[in-house]
Amino acid sequence: MRRILSVFLLVFMFAALPALSACHGSRGLSEFELPDSFDTSKDYEITFWAKNDSNKTQTDIYKKTIADFEALYPNVTVNLRLYTDYGKIYNDVITNLSTNTTPNVCITYPDHIATYLTGTNTVVPLDALFSDEKYGLGGSEVRFSSPKRSEIVPKFLDECSIDGFYYAIPFMRSTEACYVNKTLVEALGYTLPEVLTWDFVWEVSEAATAKAEDGTFLANGQNVMIPFIYKSTDNMMIQLLRQKNAEYSTDTGGIRLFNDVTAELLYTIAEHTESGAFSTFKVSSYPGNFLNSGQCVFAIDSTAGAAWMGADAPLSDIDEAKRVSFETAVMPIPQFDTGNPQMLSQGPSVCVFNKDNPQEVLVSWLFAQFLLTDEVQIAYSETEGYVPVTLKARNSDVYRDYLSRSGENNTTYYAVKIKASELLLDNIDNTFITPVFNGSISLRDATGQLIENTVKSVKRKETVDSSYIEKLYRDVSALYRLEQLGGESAANSAGGADLGELPETARILLTSLLAVWVLIALYVLVSAVKRKKSKKV
Amino acid sequence: MKKILTLLMALTLVLAFAGCSADKSGESGTAAADTKSEGVMTYAEYDAAALDSEVVIETYVQAKQSWWEDKATVYTQDKDGAYFLYELACSEADYAKLVKGTKIKVTGYKAEWSGEVEVIDATFEILDGSFVAAAKDVTSLLGTDTLIDSQNEFVSFKGLTVEAAGKDESGADVAFLYKYDGAGQDGDDLYFNVSLDGKTYTFTVESYLCDKTTDVYAAVKNLKIGDKIDAEGFLYWYEGANPHITAVTPAK
Repeated sequence: MRRILSVFLLVFMFAALPALSACHGSRGLSEFELPDSFDTSKDYEITFWAKNDSNKTQTDIYKKTIADFEALYPNVTVNLRLYTDYGKIYNDVITNLSTNTTPNVCITYPDHIATYLTGTNTVVPLDALFSDEKYGLGGSEVRFSSPKRSEIVPKFLDECSIDGFYYAIPFMRSTEACYVNKTLVEALGYTLPEVLTWDFVWEVSEAATAKAEDGTFLANGQNVMIPFIYKSTDNMMIQLLRQKNAEYSTDTGGIRLFNDVTAELLYTIAEHTESGAFSTFKVSSYPGNFLNSGQCVFAIDSTAGAAWMGADAPLSDIDEAKRVSFETAVMPIPQFDTGNPQMLSQGPSVCVFNKDNPQEVLVSWLFAQFLLTDEVQIAYSETEGYVPVTLKARNSDVYRDYLSRSGENNTTYYAVKIKASELLLDNIDNTFITPVFNGSISLRDATGQLIENTVKSVKRKETVDSSYIEKLYRDVSALYRLEQLGGESAANSAGGADLGELPETARILLTSLLAVWVLIALYVLVSAVKRKKSKKV
Repeated sequence: MKKILTLLMALTLVLAFAGCSADKSGESGTAAADTKSEGVMTYAEYDAAALDSEVVIETYVQAKQSWWEDKATVYTQDKDGAYFLYELACSEADYAKLVKGTKIKVTGYKAEWSGEVEVIDATFEILDGSFVAAAKDVTSLLGTDTLIDSQNEFVSFKGLTVEAAGKDESGADVAFLYKYDGAGQDGDDLYFNVSLDGKTYTFTVESYLCDKTTDVYAAVKNLKIGDKIDAEGFLYWYEGANPHITAVTPAK
C-alpha cells in the first residue's frame, strides 16, 4: 500500500508541475551581457518606435538622426515607426512582449517601463552600459560626441531609475503651462499676478461666464466661452494633491488617491463645471482650439504643445477665420502656495529592449545614446516647448542663441514656444514626478477619470455629494482594477471592493495543494490502521 | 387529471401562438416603416435633445471604425438621420456581430466634441431588422452652412478635382499626405484636397475606418493632381466638415 501511495504521490506531483511552473510565467530572455567589442563585420537592423506631437519637423528630425547614425555605423539600419500617442506605443509594446517582437529602442515613460519589467529581462538595465569605458556615456569607442553621465541633468536622469536601476535615459523634458488670454483677463477688470493661484483662476473664470441679454458672453461677444480648460486631468489632480501636500500613492504602490482632500477638490471642480467656468479636453476639445478662437481664458496644456497655443501659433486646427487677436501670457500652472510652486516633470524617455543577440542590444544602446547628442537635443527641443536633457546641449552657444531670439518670427522663434521652454528651465527645481511601480499607469488613468466623471455628471445634472463620491471611488477603483495591484495597493484601494474570481493558474495550484494534503492524510490514516492491525496480531 | 392535462395543453398552444404573433408584429414593424419602439426617440427628437441629456435610439450599423478594450466606435444611421456612437460599451464578440445593416437599440448621452455630435457612454442591444443607407449626394452643399445638417451620414460627392495636398521632401507637389501635415507614414490617416467651383476642401481616409489594406487607401495613394473623382464616405466633423472617405472612383 505504501509503495502504491508513494508512486501515486510522485506521479501526481509531476502532473502538478506544469501548474506550479505556470505561476512563474513563460521563460524570458537571458540577462544581457555587454560584449567586449562591437562586431562591425556583421549587419544589424533595429527598430525605433518614436512619438511625435503631430509635428512634421519632429518627424524630419527623427529621419535625419537615423541617417546621421547610419552614416557613422554603415553596418546598421534603423527602421522608424511613428506614433502620436504614448498610450498606443505602450499598448503595442505590451502586445509584442509575449512574442519578443518588441522594438529595439522605444520612446517611453517610466510608468510604462514598470509594466514592461513584469516580463523576464525584457528591458535592459543601463547602469553597466552608462559606465562602460568603450561604449558607455562619453565612451572611447563611441563614434560621436556622446555626453558624459555627469552632463545629463541629474534630476531628469533620476526620473529613469526604477528599483535602484536605470532602465531608460531621458530624451526631452517638458511640464505644463497655463496659456492665458491676457487681453480677456484685463478686459474683465483683472491684472495677472506674478504667480497664478487657483483662487485667481476660478474667480476670473467665473467672471467670464457672464452673459448678455442676447445669450452671448459679455467677455468675448460669442456664443461659446469655456473660461478654463484643462488638457490632462490626471496631471491636474496629481498636481493639486501635491500642492495640497495630500497623499496620492506610496513609493511601493500603496494607493492613497481616494481620500478626503481628493473629494474636496472634486467638489470645487464640480461647482465650477456647473457654472460653466470649467471643462476638460475629453469633454470639450483641445484647449488651444478654444484659446485661439477667443473662447477660453486659461488653457492648461503641455509646454510640448506650445506651438499650438496663442493667437499667432504656427500650428492650428481651426479655420483662420475663427482665430482672434490677443496677447498670450505663458505662466506656470496655478498654485495654492505661491512661495512653494509645484509642477510635474514630464516628457519622453528612451528604453532599450533586450534581444537574444547582445550585439543587437549594443547597437540599440549606441543609437539611444545618439539621441543625446547636441544636434539632436537642440533640434528636437526647438520644435516645441521642450528642454534638452543634457547640460552640454543646454549650455551650448547654439541653444543660448535660440532662446535669445524669442519672437523674431512665428515659426522657429515663436515667442510662446520659447517662453514655455524658459518656464521649465526656470522651474526645474520645482518639478516632481509620481512614484513608479507596476500599476502606476493605471493609478494615473484612474486619477484623471475622477475628474472626467465628475465633470460629465455635473453636466448631466447629477448631484455630486458624499454618496456620489463614495460610489465614484468604488467605480473608478474597480474600472482600473486598483484593488488587484500588488504591493500595498490592495489594502488601500477604495472601498475594499471584491477582488473577483481567482486566476486559472491560482485555482489549479490551490486544487493541487488540496489534493496533495488529502493524499497525505489518506496515507497517514492507512498507516495508522495498519499499525493498529499489526498490534492486534 | 385528464382535465388538467387538457387545460395545460390548451394553455401551451395559446402561449405559443401569442409568441409567434408577437414575433411577427416586430418584424413587420421594422420592415415597414422603421417604427421606433416605446420609449425610443425619433431622429427629430434626438436632434432636438439637449447636449449632455440621456438619449435612447434605434439605429442601424453602417460602418465600424474601431474596437479597443471593450469600446467600439461606430457609424450608424436610420432613414431620417445619422448617429455617431463613440466608444460604445461592446465586447469583442458583440463587435463581430455588428455587421453592416444590423439594427441596435442604444442608450447613452448626447455630446459634442469639436463640433462633432455623438452618443457617448452608451450601451446597446441587438434587435431584429436591417437597413443600409444609400449614399446621399451632398455635392451641392459643400461649403454651405447646411452641410452640417447631414453630419455623420453616408454621403457622396461628385465631380471633384484633386488638388495638391502639400509638398514632398524635394519640394514637389503631392496629391496626398500621411497625416494632415505629412508627418506620418504608410498606414496612417491620408489627407487629400479636392476642389469644386474654385473652392478647396480637405478629405481624410481615416486609417481605423479604412486601413492600408482597403481599396480606398490604395486609390487615394494612386491619385494624381488634376484627377476628376467621385467620393463616398461618412460626414464626420472636426472644427468643420472632415469627411471620412470610404470610396474613391473616377468621376462619371
